[in-house]
Amino acid sequence: MDFLAHHHIISPDLCPFCSLENCDAIHTFLHCRFALDIWRSAGIHEHVMIFSQPSFQLWFQEGEVSDLKMQLRQLAGSRAPGTDDTKRELFKKVISYMTIGIDVSSVFSEMVMCSATSDIVLKKMCYLYVGNYAKHNPDLALLTINFLQRDCKDEDPMIRGLALRSLCSLGVANLVEYLVGPLGNGLKDGNSYVRMVAAVGVLKLYHLSAVTCMDADFPALLKHLMLKDKDAQVVANCLTSLQEIWSLEAGTSEEATKERESLLSKPDRLCDCNSLSNITSTGELDLLLAFPHQDRLVYIAQLHKMKEFGEWAQCIVLELVSKYVPTDSDEIFDIMNLLEDRLQHANGAVVLATIKVFLHMTLSMTDVHQQVYERIKAPLLTLVSSGSPEQSYAVLSHLHLLVMRAPFIFSLDYKHFYCQYNEPFYVKKLKLEMLTAVANESNTYEIVSANAQSFGSIPVTELCEYVANVDIPMARESIRAVGKIALQQYDVNAIVDRLLQFLEMEKEHVTAETLVLVKDLLRKYPQWSHDCIAVVGNISSKNVQEPKAKAALIWMLGEYAQDMQDSPYILESLIENWDEEHSAEVRLHLLTAVIKCFLRRPPETQKALGAALASGLADFHQDVRDRALFYYRLLQYDVSVAERIVNPPKQAVSVFADTQSSEIKDRIFDEFNSLSVVYQKPSYMFTDKEHRGPFAFSEDLGNLSIGAEPDDTVVAAQRVEENDKDLLLSTSEKEESQGYANNGSAYNAPSYNASTTTGGSQGHLDLVSLDQTSTAHTTASLAIDELLGLGMPAGPSPAPLPSALLLNAKAVIDPNAFQQKWRQLPVSVSQDISIDPRGVAAMANPQALPQHMQAYSIHCIASGGQAPNFKFFFFAQKAEESSAYLVECVINSSSCKVQLKIKADDQSTSQAFAELFQSSLSKLSLP
Amino acid sequence: MISQFFVLSQRGDNIVFRDYRGDVQKGSAEIFFRKVKFWKEDGKEEAPPVFNLDGVNYFHVKVVGLLFVATTRINLSPSLALELLQRIARVIKDYLGVLSEESLRKNFVLVYELLDEVIDFGYIQTTSTEVLKSYIFNEPIVVDAARMPPIGPAALFMQGNKRMPGTAVTKSVVANEPGGRKREEIFVDIIEKISVTFSSSIMLSQGRPDLEQGYVLTSEIDGTIQMKSYLTGNPEIRLALNDDLYIGRSGISNFGYSGSSGTGPVILDDCNFHESVHMDSFDVDRTLSLVPPDGEFPVMNYRITQEFKPPFSINTLIEEAGTLKAEVILKIRAEFPSSITANTILVEMPLPACTTRVNFDLERGIVGQNADFKESHKKLEWSIVGGSEHTLRAKLNFSQEFHGNITKEAGPVSMTFTIPMYNPSRLQVKYLQIAKKTKTSNPYRWVRYVTQANSYVARI
Repeated sequence: MDFLAHHHIISPDLCPFCSLENCDAIHTFLHCRFALDIWRSAGIHEHVMIFSQPSFQLWFQEGEVSDLKMQLRQLAGSRAPGTDDTKRELFKKVISYMTIGIDVSSVFSEMVMCSATSDIVLKKMCYLYVGNYAKHNPDLALLTINFLQRDCKDEDPMIRGLALRSLCSLGVANLVEYLVGPLGNGLKDGNSYVRMVAAVGVLKLYHLSAVTCMDADFPALLKHLMLKDKDAQVVANCLTSLQEIWSLEAGTSEEATKERESLLSKPDRLCDCNSLSNITSTGELDLLLAFPHQDRLVYIAQLHKMKEFGEWAQCIVLELVSKYVPTDSDEIFDIMNLLEDRLQHANGAVVLATIKVFLHMTLSMTDVHQQVYERIKAPLLTLVSSGSPEQSYAVLSHLHLLVMRAPFIFSLDYKHFYCQYNEPFYVKKLKLEMLTAVANESNTYEIVSANAQSFGSIPVTELCEYVANVDIPMARESIRAVGKIALQQYDVNAIVDRLLQFLEMEKEHVTAETLVLVKDLLRKYPQWSHDCIAVVGNISSKNVQEPKAKAALIWMLGEYAQDMQDSPYILESLIENWDEEHSAEVRLHLLTAVIKCFLRRPPETQKALGAALASGLADFHQDVRDRALFYYRLLQYDVSVAERIVNPPKQAVSVFADTQSSEIKDRIFDEFNSLSVVYQKPSYMFTDKEHRGPFAFSEDLGNLSIGAEPDDTVVAAQRVEENDKDLLLSTSEKEESQGYANNGSAYNAPSYNASTTTGGSQGHLDLVSLDQTSTAHTTASLAIDELLGLGMPAGPSPAPLPSALLLNAKAVIDPNAFQQKWRQLPVSVSQDISIDPRGVAAMANPQALPQHMQAYSIHCIASGGQAPNFKFFFFAQKAEESSAYLVECVINSSSCKVQLKIKADDQSTSQAFAELFQSSLSKLSLP
Repeated sequence: MISQFFVLSQRGDNIVFRDYRGDVQKGSAEIFFRKVKFWKEDGKEEAPPVFNLDGVNYFHVKVVGLLFVATTRINLSPSLALELLQRIARVIKDYLGVLSEESLRKNFVLVYELLDEVIDFGYIQTTSTEVLKSYIFNEPIVVDAARMPPIGPAALFMQGNKRMPGTAVTKSVVANEPGGRKREEIFVDIIEKISVTFSSSIMLSQGRPDLEQGYVLTSEIDGTIQMKSYLTGNPEIRLALNDDLYIGRSGISNFGYSGSSGTGPVILDDCNFHESVHMDSFDVDRTLSLVPPDGEFPVMNYRITQEFKPPFSINTLIEEAGTLKAEVILKIRAEFPSSITANTILVEMPLPACTTRVNFDLERGIVGQNADFKESHKKLEWSIVGGSEHTLRAKLNFSQEFHGNITKEAGPVSMTFTIPMYNPSRLQVKYLQIAKKTKTSNPYRWVRYVTQANSYVARI
């Protein structure tokens, strides 16, 4: 090969076989597609080779790397012309090994020796190498300090900057002392590139050693730089670094909290009036925001220079602005006017950040808020159609959120939500949901059935087109969408027809999905039973295989046994195949259906019933066996009682539970322009506390319903938000009425709104009316609760506690008052404790802990979270006076750790209360 | 704040990997690739561009078959991350001339150099090719565009690459021409991606067949004016558009087809602009002025729902011939002047699942046509070259007796195509003025138009 290369027959770098990649041992044996073919033909496949790679590497590593080492050593001292080129080649090789994961740390000292050069390309490669290995080889890192420090004083600002960046990126904690000097100089450097690097360098230092960073007073320097510097990127870097430092410091010191807040609300700190006049192009925005109104006007003219901030820095500033609470509506309009041209920016991130500012600032002004929706519609739609599909998706997710909040504003734009055949499924799914949401009386017909008879062609339906789609997941989603629209509408006539047509398409997945929907429809509109049953009766149960669909079909067979001629016989044939039925859900439904059928048509069903009970009693699945036994005894006891239990008169379900509470939705809205919107869950459900980001200013109480506003606006903002809901959430009514019954696992607030409780449980009963054994289940679960010592107290019956501190069993507080109190009071006790794993296990039931604590007169105000992190807010009051205790309790169910934060009116008793709380908590697991 | 950035090949190989914060595990690239590859067991659903796995958020975009990925643990703005990934891809392309696995592998040192300047400790510094120029010292190793592994034209479209292969000027912003000096030139491309959905046309299974064109259900043009400047000295440029150009359709319902096609004003529903664009005289004389930065960038994105004449009409006819056979007749007619030639026209149509064999009857004497039945996807593919009118007859054979409606099992008919020097919106660059600072030769000015099918579908 060398021969060939020498004679320029092949390029020396490239693999002679595939000419695609650089040739080295790894490539020749593992990556080259020719090699892969050979391996494959030998019966060895890639996945086997992935595992064998480490040992393989070891095998040639010694040869290959020691070779490099030799060559580097020879070059280190050489000053011959052309050395740099040879060095570059060698460095490249080293770095390419490093990238594919081969350990080349053994050439560290040679690399450092070779780095004594003025060639900036070589230097850069060397920095890259050093940055990669220093962290895990602190001893080696020490070798580099010298030359990096020297480079930090180089006359070329590029080299100064690069060296400083590398120095800060070494990541070796015991070398921080060497950082302080260069960093300090860097922040004062005459070149903006060096200052830019230094500003981020401070943050790196902070992560290595917060103490060193604070001792050197770097944050203050950064603040100074942020206000004075003329370079926009330096200002932006100062801002990001400060934000991160302050938000991390906030956990430990009160002062940092104040500093952080001052970014928003304490203008005088951020901007010294005099300094402003010196600054022409940078930082105006945040300065302006913080500026007193009159003075601000002078500078408004300069605000259009915000363009001089890079687009990415604009995003940071805009995010900050969205947290700012304007003093009055004039200020809001000023800000919005200044930012309006940002909506025409080609960068989606800038536009979304601007929209967030608009939406959050106008929350209190309902009509303006609505105008904002109208204003942002076009820019959003343009963004959706102008980027890559991935970018579209991110924007579309936000549009989805807005459509869900205010469907009527978008009702005329429904055509934008039509799916294109070549869109990825994740886009189509969002669009379908939006179509569903905007479906209202006036346009439903067009969306569901764009009747085109006037044009002489057969009626085509947009959604029905999708149903006929060859794309199966898409077809399923579309059917669900049609069903959803049907469940929302009053006039479902045409839609039911559509659904029934789906059943005639004779595609298995279509039939399956439709059956489930027809079942739901019948539960809401029993009056349609006649039409539906006629069609459903024609479906052969053999063509239905999916458990959910099968269960739905069986439910209908049982429920409408009197209308379906063949019902007993179909059930009978299904029971014959009992052993082949793998889904317990289907078997449970089969039992129930056969009983229902029996009660209506005893002679025909008797045989089937006998067989079903026999199979059920012998079933290996606990629930099936239990239910069979229950029915058996019930029938034995009294058939008329059985009739009453199994076949009670049914109420039509009015509203199906929504999957998300309005509270969750509001929280997601607060976190506009973040991942929460894409995932459709608030950030606490998918991030750890320390990773909420610099903008998650309040992770405590504020986010129970609203974002971070200063104390005095809390109440106002909440009222405002309610107005907003009235205006924008046409769905809010039904959400209210259905409460939290069915979203228990996700998030709930038990005492948040007492009136929903009854509504909720009503909904719950409706929902399980399908499941005739609900009573049995309830009792069963009660029994289990009692076993675990969680019996629901009939009333507030405080367990007698051997404690000096007596609590008021009937203490009440409304959530608003709680929030306000929480903000006002300082934390008096903060501790981490461990709890018994059994207690954690009991928490699988989200109601368990609140119920348990209630027995000790500690009331749950709100709770939320998802495994493994749960958060609860509790409230308690002293028995004889109104002194209150507020508790935030964060439970990690996997580590069995609990973080407690207690705030109290009466600080002196807070410790006693903490003990009481702990002892109560620890009893959770005990019988 | 970005924790890591990496680029994976289609096979999942790590081509570039940069860790900025060290708070995400090293094996994230492999974890990511496994997750994306096996998103759903049946492999039918694509992984969304953003997902969370064990507390790590993964963002990815696909560019020319490569996966550009970023990870973070914080609740970042998804637009920010995805936009960034797209920009990184663009910056790399600006530098390397060609973006491909090969060019990345050959230039990885340069790529790392770029990445270090684009992101510092997870925070975005700049993605401007112009600004980066002063920080970058490695020279690109130019990869011959012709030697790139062949990616079919269809593949280029599938990758969701909104920029056209035709506009890909494969010239690095930093590398010198073989001749030693740079050619002064500027490219302005007006790229329009059109989406049209035709309603179903009539179908008679027995008796006289009757071909009828469906009407337009929805149509939209997503346009971009893309610029790539190789001018030295950053002169100011003035770009004059149609005099009768209007932005915003206030008062007109979004999909009302009021204006007649072919004449009348060009009305944009909405548009956005690159940050370098000044709109000062736009209201007066419809002129955009800007100082173009180096590299490729969109001057303006726009969206039109105004009526326009679809470039192709599609007629479909299905005739059932007994229960085991059927015949499909597809007729495509070009509605644009014959002086224009469309490239790479591909017509696709899913056929019933029980189709086993298809016999094609192509027009005689016409070269470049090709029809094929892709058995694994049960799909008919027909490729055509050029405009005018073409007809395809396909005889289907079914493995089992076919009952019910074929139209429910087959279709819709979709088309992909590229039409150079044609844009249905009639938006024009009337002139491109370069404020001259040098007395040297007049720079080359390229203004090109191209239309591409985004979603062009006729229901049956």
